[in-house]
Amino acid sequence: MNSKFQNAALSTALALIGVGLFFLLWLALNRFAPDLPTPTSTWQGARIYIVEPFAYRGEQDQGLLSLTSKSLILVAKGYFIALLIGAPIGFCLGLSKNFTRTFDPIVQVLRPVSPLAWFPLGMVLFLGTGGQALEYGALFTIAVCAMWPTVLNTAVGVRAIPQDYLNVGRVLRLSKTKMLFKIMVPATLPYMFTGFRLSLGIAWLVIVAVEMLTGKVGIGQFIQDAYMNANYGNIIVGILTIGIVGYILDRLMSVVEARFKTA
Amino acid sequence: MSFLELKHVSKSFGGHAVLKDVNLSLIEGEFVAIVGYSGHGKTTLMSLIAGLTRPDSGEIILEGKPITGPGPDRGLVFQNYSLLPWLTVGENIALAVDSVFPALSPEERAAKVDKHIAMVKLSHAKDRLPRQLSGGMRQRVSVARTLAINPRILLLDEPLSALDALTRANLQDEISQIWQADKKTVVLITNSVDEALLLADRVIPLTLGPGATLAAPITVDLPRPRDRIALNHEPEFKRLRAQITEQLLGYSAARRTHVSRKLVLPDILPEDLDHPRVNRPPRRLSEEKRELISQS
Repeated sequence: MNSKFQNAALSTALALIGVGLFFLLWLALNRFAPDLPTPTSTWQGARIYIVEPFAYRGEQDQGLLSLTSKSLILVAKGYFIALLIGAPIGFCLGLSKNFTRTFDPIVQVLRPVSPLAWFPLGMVLFLGTGGQALEYGALFTIAVCAMWPTVLNTAVGVRAIPQDYLNVGRVLRLSKTKMLFKIMVPATLPYMFTGFRLSLGIAWLVIVAVEMLTGKVGIGQFIQDAYMNANYGNIIVGILTIGIVGYILDRLMSVVEARFKTA
Repeated sequence: MSFLELKHVSKSFGGHAVLKDVNLSLIEGEFVAIVGYSGHGKTTLMSLIAGLTRPDSGEIILEGKPITGPGPDRGLVFQNYSLLPWLTVGENIALAVDSVFPALSPEERAAKVDKHIAMVKLSHAKDRLPRQLSGGMRQRVSVARTLAINPRILLLDEPLSALDALTRANLQDEISQIWQADKKTVVLITNSVDEALLLADRVIPLTLGPGATLAAPITVDLPRPRDRIALNHEPEFKRLRAQITEQLLGYSAARRTHVSRKLVLPDILPEDLDHPRVNRPPRRLSEEKRELISQS
């Protein structure tokens, strides 16, 4: 118990030292880049966004958490589309050799494409929807970029289902649907959740690019705005916000992931 | 008429003959044990009877009908239990019962599940997950799941080989009791001659692969119920055990490699690290010998 406490204390102390070093580096960088705001000026510039996180002073001028929640909602929509499309594709890739032969090259080619490249295509796709094109284009970009880890991890998980579990199903002559939902999906879930977690990370990564391109209000737009208005301190605040939110999302997902670990 | 029959069954994997010309005939209610070495086709034989793999040639006939695929009429107990880790004990058995008896009412199915969990004395563990059970308990769940689907024949594929000796003995007694209670036809695959003699009516040795086949069956005429302690003093048991063991050992002796050439050792002796060799030639085996000769 005592050593556990000491361990926690040591971890906290070292983490605080790390933060301290980060600020020292920041101060040192100020000497070389005079335009980079100091920690103090950053705090003064961003104070109003942090101490009133939900304030609404106009569409372009809101508290940080208010902006973050707008971004999160967009990410959530795109992310669920990614899961809904990605998991079945992954299942097909894992189940059928011929499906893999047919579509794996396409998957491998499309996977490394940047969100910046997908966005214009998304816009073109949804131009017909008129006013909604920006929204749909944004969702398309998030979904297409975020689905690959889900696709690939699901495929690996399906291929890794132990033959013994499948034999149990064969001996019991389970129907195709029962085989899928009683044996294959539960056996694949741990892999799928690893994919879901990585996908969420990417979806959150993509949001900044998407907001910069669309001008939709959110945390990415906040950074773009700060840059345009030479309000450089807010860029740093935006980066830290994105990082912290991303970290929290990842921790939440790994808690969920651990709950689905079987055997 | 025989209940289960294997006729000239052969199976090879990737050009390696695993089983060759296997013939077997069982009458209903018989308990047959197949003993043999690990890695010589025992499990292949079992998956052939279970229908999980198809033979290259020959046929397998159960109650007059050829086996073409897996089915619940053959209850297979897997060596590694094969319980689904995300289902509890009760759910594992319920999955089997629900898919084999869809015509029964939910209450009847639930009663069937409970009955078989009680049969293997695990009622207290019904809501536990497999990972919360010991190896012996997991195998009992696996046996319960197989019995619950009321198969025509029980296939036990080394069911006890992953267990410690005491658990193994307990489960042997339980299997023996369950068999005597409803006299199902059983094929047991094992690597333990004692286990085979304790449980079976006939013991059939499996020869060594590649191209393993079944040897002539040996009838076990020991009275039932067999008591493992008393059995040890039974002359007939000792005779059978010696006979089967000798037969199995004979298979491996026949293929033991013999060294026909005398090996020549390198003409050098190990260094003594406490006395580093400086400006001294290494010690030669041939020179050492000469010294010894001169001394004598």
